Amino acid sequence: MSKEQFTIPIGPQHPALKEPGHFTLTVDGEVVTGASVRLGYAHRGIEKAVESRNWVQDLYLLERICGICSHIHATAYCLGVEKLAGVTAPPRAQAIRVLVAELERIHSHLLWLGVAAHQAGFDTLFMYSWRDRETVMEVLEQLTGNRVNYSANLLGGVKFDVDTRVLETILSGLDFLETRTHHYLDIVSGDRIFLQRTRGIGMMTSEQAERLGVTGPTARASGVRRDIRVDAPYAAYDRYPIQVVVETTGDLEARFIVRLKELLETYHLIRTLLDGLPEGDLKTRMPRRIAAGETISRVEAPRGELFYFIKSDGGDQPARIKVRTPTLSNMASVTQLAVGHQLADMPMLLTGIDPCFSCNDRLTTVQTSGESETWTWEKLRQYGIASYRERG
Amino acid sequence: MDTFLKEGRWSQALEQIKLWARLNSPWVIHFNSGSCNGCDIEILATLTPYYDVERFGIKLRGSPRHADVLICTGPVTRQARDRLRRIYEQMPDPKFVIAVGSCALSGGVFDGCYNVVGPIDAVIPVDVYVPGCPPRPEAIIDGVVQLLGKLQQGARP
Ligand code: SF4
Repeated sequence: MSKEQFTIPIGPQHPALKEPGHFTLTVDGEVVTGASVRLGYAHRGIEKAVESRNWVQDLYLLERICGICSHIHATAYCLGVEKLAGVTAPPRAQAIRVLVAELERIHSHLLWLGVAAHQAGFDTLFMYSWRDRETVMEVLEQLTGNRVNYSANLLGGVKFDVDTRVLETILSGLDFLETRTHHYLDIVSGDRIFLQRTRGIGMMTSEQAERLGVTGPTARASGVRRDIRVDAPYAAYDRYPIQVVVETTGDLEARFIVRLKELLETYHLIRTLLDGLPEGDLKTRMPRRIAAGETISRVEAPRGELFYFIKSDGGDQPARIKVRTPTLSNMASVTQLAVGHQLADMPMLLTGIDPCFSCNDRLTTVQTSGESETWTWEKLRQYGIASYRERG
Repeated sequence: MDTFLKEGRWSQALEQIKLWARLNSPWVIHFNSGSCNGCDIEILATLTPYYDVERFGIKLRGSPRHADVLICTGPVTRQARDRLRRIYEQMPDPKFVIAVGSCALSGGVFDGCYNVVGPIDAVIPVDVYVPGCPPRPEAIIDGVVQLLGKLQQGARP
């Protein structure tokens, strides 16, 4: 091995990803020897902004943390606030929340499949999966009136009902998607050229997955059986149980397979749900001021566990909302796994976790000592100044 | 041939060829300066078979140096401001900017956040504005077509 090392900066605007992120890779020849990531290009300061808007306005702001998983953010928020207020949404509303969340999962996974195929240079698959994704976008549009940022949630319920016309669209859409998903499953586990890009690449054992704290499909592809929908059912998931899909190989291929098999589970869940959709109201009354207190709310976003901490001081605005999104916990795994891989595998490796930068750009510190620590505004400022100086 | 050159018809013809090329294959580059992703996936959707803007010769490029049109999404964050400006400056002239989404137009829901500088036109000049949160793919296509139409008439939009 030569001593000479070469540093390759990628981003923030780069051909591979649609979102800004900056990576610095150290390479020796074609082999990556080190990787670091710099985030924050899409940091807007939403957590602070929610403190100056009221509970209802925050719903729409938080929904726009991420356009891909907008509904699940709103759901996590609504469930948390409802818990604080001591209100539960009616069963029909809860079921519709689950329905939209699962439709969103379909759109997100198909989107990911396309983007990941594109990274592998398999543009045909990209185009096909995006064509099929329009089926579910159409369903979402018929159901909620918008293709992205559906705002189906209200505090205390949902806005939309499922009528028979939409029901038919959903069911026929699901049939079509089911055959397509089987087809894709064949491709990702059978196409020889594609397998060369995925099989045995980015191996992560279940111990590694636990240690790096990855969540969602990425963790399930490494044999970690963890899914909030099953472990701590929220909304209506206790009534519509789901089978957790787990693969044990832990490579990129497993991440494809887990996500595609999850789609099949999702179709099944939606069908059962539509069969036994509970009757009743769509919303309950919600107080304008929320009782003082704090709570957490956990949901399973398409990319993994989404965590909300909500604190109220009894006013009509939240005192603090903290969001932890799945990409942030998965991001660490990329820099670890990158080492020892070919440079050409990097885009695939990164998309393997299904990254979403818009929800992930925030300050995090990792503490190992176990003692609690408070960062004051002044300390944050000093930290910011010092870190900018260091970067130059 | 001499008169052809002398009367400046040559440069006229060249301009026409350039315009023809520009109209038939506007290459675009996309930059997200802090959007929520919603607009970005809709832009991607316009490039894929269902909406298919490639039939207008539009192609998404990776490098600003290859692009004629910059499609921007999202409000501009403090971190992304210089990057956006740099990308704009790297593009060869003549260059055009399409701002997509309410955030790009006005800051949208993120207006007033501490890390948001403002809309796109606070940083670089914008030619076409496409409103919506996110705009439908049809609206984005319409924005592109408007840009092309204006170019054909020889005016900046
Ligand atoms: S306009 Fe809407 S969809 Fe587009 S980036 Fe802004 S919040 Fe997201």
